[in-house]
Amino acid sequence: MDDTQKPDNAGTSRRGLLKCMAWAGTGIVWTVAGGVPRGLGLGEAFAAPMDGFTFVQISDSHIGFNKEANPDTNATLQAAIDRITKLQKQPTMVLHTGDVTHLSKPEEFDTAAQILKSVKQDIHYVPGEHDVIGDDGKQFFERFAPKLKTGGWYSFDQGGVHFVGMVNVLTFETAKAGGFGAEQLEWLEKDLKGRSASTPIVIFTHVPMWPIYPQWGWATEDAPQALSYLKRFGSVTVLNGHIHQVVQKVEGNVSYQTAFSTAFPQPAAGQGPAPGPMKVPADKLRSVLGIREIVMAPPKGVALTDVTLA
Amino acid sequence: MINFLMRRGLVVGTAAFLALGIAGAVAQQAQQQVAAVTGEAEISIQSFQFVPAILTVAPGTAVTWINRDEEPHNVVSPDRVFRSKAIDGGEKFTTVFDKPGTYNYICAVHPHMRGTVVVK
Repeated sequence: MDDTQKPDNAGTSRRGLLKCMAWAGTGIVWTVAGGVPRGLGLGEAFAAPMDGFTFVQISDSHIGFNKEANPDTNATLQAAIDRITKLQKQPTMVLHTGDVTHLSKPEEFDTAAQILKSVKQDIHYVPGEHDVIGDDGKQFFERFAPKLKTGGWYSFDQGGVHFVGMVNVLTFETAKAGGFGAEQLEWLEKDLKGRSASTPIVIFTHVPMWPIYPQWGWATEDAPQALSYLKRFGSVTVLNGHIHQVVQKVEGNVSYQTAFSTAFPQPAAGQGPAPGPMKVPADKLRSVLGIREIVMAPPKGVALTDVTLA
Repeated sequence: MINFLMRRGLVVGTAAFLALGIAGAVAQQAQQQVAAVTGEAEISIQSFQFVPAILTVAPGTAVTWINRDEEPHNVVSPDRVFRSKAIDGGEKFTTVFDKPGTYNYICAVHPHMRGTVVVK
């Protein structure tokens, strides 16, 4: 966890800069806009114009949640969509990394679908554990991924990048954390087989694939097996949600990136008795919510910008 | 939906209560030897824990989980013998345990939360 960066222990020397780009050995650029910008501290920081294509990650919209931590999650999801609309370079697509709803209720799925309709781009979804309560994801998959085969995982290619959407919220009964399960891992191995090691890979899933805090279920038990299939690839980016805060880690060729929620923040790992909605002053809420803009420019690298809703 | 869940809880609970009314005397006699709860029992969900974590009841007992957290939880047994929808803060879920056995369950939203209902 030594090379993990958290928002609250960020250096303040670059406060006020809108963009701060730091290239790491793996070709990752990470920036924060609208907040305190932080680089990885690896290598020389410089701003480089990126060509390639852009996509956006949104996460944890928790439609249906209306308690003190955010009485209007519809409005903050809408604010996230407005942020996408205002991006200088329009993304080719949007990924939603789960917890679209709070309680998996039909009316929550209705409301979410209604709000997300205003996104012009295609949205690729993976479920969070809040989307699969009581029905193993039946409503979620019917609504957001009707063409998928059983299991809900899938992959596709975009601009020379291979994207893999994985489900790690349906094995909670056997693992005390997220998990993919044997069938999905077998599928992943086959899906990656035969692909050139120079193909950039983006894995998107809900629960973090590295053990940020297993005591709170912030881990994916069988992630090491998935990562063993990914080892030979030169550039792997793992995008996830679940913990409602930006935390990152770079390990070899794999970059792990957890995203902001559009609904409410959660405490940092181990701070307090349990995870859950964290109350912040109402005028501060949007500074701890956000979206992530990702620029893929193979073979140059990947640039990530976490943009707050403030 | 809150109303629906609570109403459903009430209906199941009432059915169990009526059933117990008929078989009550026999059941009570049979259960005198074990310190098991009969009729109705409650499990509190608080601070991300099931309290009590292990509950022993007699067959036919209606068990109600009450969520006292702000966070939603649910209860599901691995083999789907019982499975609730989301139980939001302040809501409850009731199911009747007819068959003797040991029923482990988890909260599918927070898998580190585990509990057991023993029916004997």
